[in-house]
Amino acid sequence: MTAIVLSYWQQTGIKVGLTLLLIPVGALILGWTFLLKMMSHMQSRLGPMDAGPHGVLQLVADGVKFIQKEDIFPDRADRRVFALAPFVILMSTFLLYLVVPVGPDLVAEDFSTGIFFALAVSSLSVIGILMAGWASANKYSLMGGVRAAGQLIAYELPLVLAVVGVVIQAQSLNLSDIVRAQANGEIFGISFLGNPFVITQIVGFLVFLAAVQAELTQTPFDMPVAESEIVGGYQVEYTGFRFLAFFMGEFGTAFAFAGIAATLFLGGWAVPGVDPDSNVMNVLGPIALFVKVMFVSFLIFWFRFTYPRFREDQLQKFAWTILIPISLVNILVTMVLKVAF
Amino acid sequence: MTAITDRQKLAYANAQAADGRVNVEIETDEGMTLNMGPQHPATHGTLRIVAKLDGEQVISCEPIMGYMHRGYEKLVEVRTYPQINTLVNRIDWLGSFANEVPFILASEKLMDIEAPPRAQWIRTVLFEMSRLANVSLFLGDMALQLGALTPAFFAFRDREHVLNQIEAATGGRFHPNFDRIGGLKDDLPKGWIADTKKAMQKMRTFCDEIEDLIMGNEIFEARCRGVGVIPGEIAQLYGMTGSNLRASGVDWDLRRDQPVGLAWNEVDWKVWTHPDGDSFARYWVRLQETREATKIIDQLLDGLPAGPVMAKVPRIIKVPAGEAWVSTENPLGEMGYYVVSKGDLGPFRVKIRSASFNNIHIVPWVMRGVYVPDVITILASLYFILGDIDR
Repeated sequence: MTAIVLSYWQQTGIKVGLTLLLIPVGALILGWTFLLKMMSHMQSRLGPMDAGPHGVLQLVADGVKFIQKEDIFPDRADRRVFALAPFVILMSTFLLYLVVPVGPDLVAEDFSTGIFFALAVSSLSVIGILMAGWASANKYSLMGGVRAAGQLIAYELPLVLAVVGVVIQAQSLNLSDIVRAQANGEIFGISFLGNPFVITQIVGFLVFLAAVQAELTQTPFDMPVAESEIVGGYQVEYTGFRFLAFFMGEFGTAFAFAGIAATLFLGGWAVPGVDPDSNVMNVLGPIALFVKVMFVSFLIFWFRFTYPRFREDQLQKFAWTILIPISLVNILVTMVLKVAF
Repeated sequence: MTAITDRQKLAYANAQAADGRVNVEIETDEGMTLNMGPQHPATHGTLRIVAKLDGEQVISCEPIMGYMHRGYEKLVEVRTYPQINTLVNRIDWLGSFANEVPFILASEKLMDIEAPPRAQWIRTVLFEMSRLANVSLFLGDMALQLGALTPAFFAFRDREHVLNQIEAATGGRFHPNFDRIGGLKDDLPKGWIADTKKAMQKMRTFCDEIEDLIMGNEIFEARCRGVGVIPGEIAQLYGMTGSNLRASGVDWDLRRDQPVGLAWNEVDWKVWTHPDGDSFARYWVRLQETREATKIIDQLLDGLPAGPVMAKVPRIIKVPAGEAWVSTENPLGEMGYYVVSKGDLGPFRVKIRSASFNNIHIVPWVMRGVYVPDVITILASLYFILGDIDR
């Protein structure tokens, strides 16, 4: 069989197309499974049941509804910035998807500094949120935007520090190499599971999850969008498909972050007992990763539906006095153990 | 067509000017003025709060009410006594039956009629059930205001057991309109007592669930402890009543302290107070009161006396001239009616003292220096019903 040779622009087109497709699909899957169904069952109710079997098409129906709505600009809004803001957030989501490997050969861009890139672009969404908050010409929006900026910057740090432990163990910043390091690794000579870093880096995993929760502005860290206080924060003036873009950005980012967490800590696309570089993994890998992503998303949304929200000052205190010291100690211990063993 | 008097014109102009003044302040004042409401999710109704902010800190704030004013005190002047019963149902719409009771009691006092004991006991049972229907929603709603979605649904789910029982007895879930001058419309249906006891068991389970889910939650405690502290003396000065006052450590409960003929003093229960006076204390006191209410209902149902549920009353109710004041401990606090009769089919004048209206007056005092998120916590913990504020 001859290999199909594609020119650079063809490859790029396919990659971009698939990634762009992944964002709404991921958002829909998470939105339906967790936001609609899991939350409903946790709250002893059914949730939407009419659109499609068991309500699967509810979010599609909602999306169609959003697109039909009028695109309203507030009178005093900075129109261009206002219009652009949701897509800046979507762009950050899109860039996140580029580096997550779903199989040995299935990765949009296999950067040698993949995780570094992912964490860097994830903070681009702050710009979008600040733009939305400022351009809406609304006090609630502004407060939401400023709260979000403070929060996202504060939680960027534990997010990065939690990953450092993994990077030390895997000795690579490349996400594919991190997956291989886990698949081929062993813990004290026991190798049938490989070495998913969730076992050795459990502290890092928990800190990462908490920071992801804050990055996604999900409860208990949803102060920037707190509906009962600032009525949705920076989203308050948005209608129609721009609001839909915010929704897709939020859930698409949740999907991407769950993917990154699964890649870093749960072995990514690797399946225990299967050679990670065999060709079958290009089929099996995406499925394995999807299962792991759903597990991590379950954790994220479980917290979201259970806890009340922090106050802004408590939230900052939590980041600076608890998460960051813990992750620093974690790095130190990891380094010492890495040298010792 | 009635002619508008000069006085009415003046009152209208004054109201417009007051409204305009607030709006001008919002537009021109130094610093940031945040207008919350009338349409704001945290006010669950149409309360408006104008807060002057320094960053996220509230310098001063002012609650503006009246967006839902329905003119009850005026309306009742052109209704007959039985009709008023339907009307006052809607004041605190979550605990409807409890609104009827003090008005009926005041009318009975004027007519010098005493309802038979069975009617009084059933009244007490339904009164406490409306307390359950009201306060259980608070238990979920407060958590919702703090960002926890799930307890609100639990509250709605379990409140249904109580509402079903109210419906089974009275025919109305929300607005029973069951109380009559001289007694009740009907006796309890067959099998109701056993069903209600089951429902009370479910409510106790709900309280345990809420206690597990919320009271022990670190974030909830961090958000509520020490937030919106109201000392007992201040609370009394501002005329606060009900659970809000008891959460400030004042042992004051009209059910125990002011017998009005209902059956609370026939059973064994406890008035809960909390010394802290913060939002957490208000939540805690209400949770205990929900439990206590289920116990009161259980005991009342055990000892329900036999007999008629309606005293002898004339077919057309004419209340003799006179004045009467009766207040009871409603779910939200002290609620009372001052009825002035001139011997007609309807009252000459009725003054309604509703609990939320007086409870909300503490807002400017307690909100000084708190953060914006705490505004929500405090508003939620003060627990008002907009219908009860604006009437």
